[in-house]
Amino acid sequence: MNTLLSLIKTPVPRDLSLPLPLNPDDLAIILVVLFLVHIFFVNLMMGGVILSVIFEIVGKYRKEYDQLAYRISETVTANKSLAVVLGVGPLLCISLLYTMHFYAANALTGYAWISVIPLVIIAFLVTYLHKYTWHKWTGPDKNRHIALGVGAVFVFMGIPMIFLANINLMLFPDKWPEIQGFFSSLEVGNVFPRYFHFLMASLALTGLFLAGWFGRKKYALEKNLPGCNRGSVRRIFYRITFYATIAQLAFGPLVFATLPIGGVTTDLFILISLGVAVALLLLALLRLEIRSGDEHIGRHYAWIGLLFTVLVLVMGTGRHMYRESSLMTHKALIADKTVRFKSVEAATQMRLAAGLGTGDALASGPTGKSLFANCAACHAVDKVLAAPSLREVYGIYKDNPQGIIAWAKEPGKKRPEFTPMPSFAHLGDENLQMVADYILQLGAPAAETESSDTPAKL
Amino acid sequence: MDFPLFFMDEIGNRLLMAVIAIVHVLINHPLAVGAYPLVTLLEWWGRRNNDAAIDNLAYRVAFVLFVVTTTVGALTGVGIWFSAGLIAPFGIGSLLRVFFWAWFIEWLVFISEVVLIMVYVLTWKRWADGLMKKVHIGVGVLLSALSWATMVIIVAVLGFMMGSGTWTQNQSFLSAVFNPLYLPQLAFRTAFAMVAAGLVVWFLMFFFTKQAPELRRRAVRFVSIWILGWTPLWLGASLWYWNAVPAAMQANVNVGLLTQAFQNWHSDFVVILGVVVAIILVTAVVGALNPRLIPRAVLLVPCVLGLFLLGHFERVREFIRKPHVVADYMYSNGVTMTELPVFQRDGLLTYATYVRHKSVTSANKIEAGEDISMLACSRCHTTTGVNALVDRFEKLYGTEPWDEAALGAFVSSMHMSRTYMPPFPGNTAEAEALVAYLRDLQQKRGSAPGAQTLGIPRAAAVDNNANVNQ
Ligand code: HEC
Ligand code: HEC
Repeated sequence: MNTLLSLIKTPVPRDLSLPLPLNPDDLAIILVVLFLVHIFFVNLMMGGVILSVIFEIVGKYRKEYDQLAYRISETVTANKSLAVVLGVGPLLCISLLYTMHFYAANALTGYAWISVIPLVIIAFLVTYLHKYTWHKWTGPDKNRHIALGVGAVFVFMGIPMIFLANINLMLFPDKWPEIQGFFSSLEVGNVFPRYFHFLMASLALTGLFLAGWFGRKKYALEKNLPGCNRGSVRRIFYRITFYATIAQLAFGPLVFATLPIGGVTTDLFILISLGVAVALLLLALLRLEIRSGDEHIGRHYAWIGLLFTVLVLVMGTGRHMYRESSLMTHKALIADKTVRFKSVEAATQMRLAAGLGTGDALASGPTGKSLFANCAACHAVDKVLAAPSLREVYGIYKDNPQGIIAWAKEPGKKRPEFTPMPSFAHLGDENLQMVADYILQLGAPAAETESSDTPAKL
Repeated sequence: MDFPLFFMDEIGNRLLMAVIAIVHVLINHPLAVGAYPLVTLLEWWGRRNNDAAIDNLAYRVAFVLFVVTTTVGALTGVGIWFSAGLIAPFGIGSLLRVFFWAWFIEWLVFISEVVLIMVYVLTWKRWADGLMKKVHIGVGVLLSALSWATMVIIVAVLGFMMGSGTWTQNQSFLSAVFNPLYLPQLAFRTAFAMVAAGLVVWFLMFFFTKQAPELRRRAVRFVSIWILGWTPLWLGASLWYWNAVPAAMQANVNVGLLTQAFQNWHSDFVVILGVVVAIILVTAVVGALNPRLIPRAVLLVPCVLGLFLLGHFERVREFIRKPHVVADYMYSNGVTMTELPVFQRDGLLTYATYVRHKSVTSANKIEAGEDISMLACSRCHTTTGVNALVDRFEKLYGTEPWDEAALGAFVSSMHMSRTYMPPFPGNTAEAEALVAYLRDLQQKRGSAPGAQTLGIPRAAAVDNNANVNQ
């Protein structure tokens, strides 16, 4: 393998020095679970937005579909807000567990990453407008209304791409030096196959959710969806789930085949095969449901839901396994580097505590000369840098060193041409006394010879 | 601070962060923490008096709250995480390690809050009578309590960033939470949120009562009394808060208010604060006694002033914690207090991963200086944009080519002369390289792109395993 070679290219940063607040394995479990819950609502949001617009378009020709589309958009109102708030938890977990990787990917795709915020705001506002104008922009305005929905769909479709680019890029630190901006990050790993995999999963899950939502006994179907019957509504959405899952049989292997090989292990392979078996079982059940009559359709809903949950858990765990195995070496290198730095840091602190200085310059108490470094940025002997020269100061204070101290503690404003002098009260009277003496020594006309080497260094 | 650095040289990182954070606070305080209880109270009042018009008015206000808080409000909240991760990953990453559980609980509360605001608004028309109406009002009460609870948690974190109390000694979670600024800041924000909510709702109501002068009169009086009730608490809490800000930070506040030219601005600020409060009070008194006298334009004034003050408070708060991101532990450029002496002895570049050169030579001086500036200064300054290094130095030294020795002296004493800046975190050679870069920058005025466009230097990776050994 070329792993050794690529490791040499790979940047190995030093981790933050505070410890994690909990055991990394527990954190990983929390991350996977919270992430799946989040992504479930993201799927329902994406699928809902897409299906609602498609159904609205169909509704131009078949009235009952328009009403169905409206009812779908009602579910989006809650699902999209849940998708966002439920995203914060996994965001915190991933930034804890992969601090050095996640933030690095964020920075490398910075502009795209931060634009997620305005994009989601726009998408949500347009979605509200779309929903609350549904029964107002009718007749001749209907096309405008549909265009609004289509616009929202486009904004919604762009956002997952940015997220995928980030969680993809963080897995490949050896590629970081090649990245220049968001678009180049799309060339790393397998962002596009994953994107389509995600879109299809959204349609499949949303279909299943809506089959249950509108198909449940308590739903006031006659009132909310006049002209539809329960069996046919269930069938419509089951079909969507069915075909989307069939499509996954193509996208799934594509995602797997395009994964950079570094993180693929036997365990992962077995797990994914298990997932495929579950998916096949699901398809069989779905087909059975779709083919049964209106009075029977829906009998196996609970089983289908359960199998989907298993499938999602398998895929989520698989992803985490891949992430861990592809980052294992890199994480170990980071940990090693961090520990080595900490020992240097601790040794330095001990020297300091023992009064030995940091180890280069000999530690000695402050002197007038060393303290004058605080003033040298603005005051020079006979040049005007950002303040009156020491010659001038000498002229004013030659018999009054106390005046310098008083001024330095609470500088006034005399000369309009300069930015005001900051206070140096924090140096303390004793130190200021030393500086004052030193300044008067430098500023005195006799000190001319000495002055040439003073303000430059230190 | 070993991260690729996102850097926006035009508007500056701090401005991006400040805009997102301030928009969030401007929505969260008045429209969530303050307005939920106000609307719930209005709903309760309408039910008690069998006043359907008031109930409907409360609903329309609640609908606006719903639209704004679930979009701009919620997303700017998430945006704070995003921008902090970009701008100060070392800071937010460290805070996350200390405050994970607090944030985790806050997140659970936040979820409940969002669920409840949806329930509250979407069921308003359905749960309209009898017992269900009572339940609905109960939802409003719970919603108000939860949104205040999120504030209770977040303020702990904010207060901690300004003064970590005993945390630096024992690193325990509880001592981090009960830092010296906690209660005063919580009281201040709560009372301010309540007053600000009154101001915003005052203004909003005018859109919904155009055809109903009688309704408007009742509603304006109601909200005026609300504001009058909270104002004394708000003033008291402000004083408490101001006195609790540690002395060292208080010295910085004036600069935060409006840069150094206004070092003596403090007294003026107090006057402005007084005027705003007086205007709000007068409007509220008149509104309570004779609501007819209040035209809409007048209501806009306290509303805008109140929000301005709130935004300003946030800016000052952001400023006075300088030079630290985590008080007494980590400076704003990500250097911790214990790393500092190591860097000053061995060099900053030596331990940095995402830089072009690991040490300064005469050939790479300017490039190395640019990297140093990126590491040491770019979290607070741009090169030529907002709060630019070029402008700062020109104000100090004029437009003639800057004096090398003076720049060197500035860099080595920057923390002593400007306590809001951290000490220079590098060795002598690096200080010289920074000076060379700054002098070059003065001539060329090129801007420095961040990792989001330039990426990370390829060379950086090559010798990365060699660098910690010496
Ligand atoms: C950031 C730049 C800066 C630094 C650093 C600085 N000063 Fe000044 N200093 C000024 C300026 C500007 C003036 C002129 C102020 C005026 O006249 O308005 C000044 C004026 C003075 C004066 C003359 C006051 C008078 O009565 O005219 C004294 C004395 C002085 N500084 C002492 C010090 C000492 C001591 C230090 C170091 C501990 C120091 N300064 C550091 C900028 C600085
Ligand atoms: C903690 C954030 C922070 C960091 C890091 C920082 N500065 Fe500053 N700096 C400030 C602030 C705030 C001001 C005051 C700006 C104002 O006046 O509005 C300032 C002012 C300045 C000034 C003008 C000082 C004067 O006396 O007028 C210069 C020059 C300067 N900084 C240079 C630097 C350089 C060089 C670095 C990096 C080595 C640096 N700063 C790092 C926050 C910072």
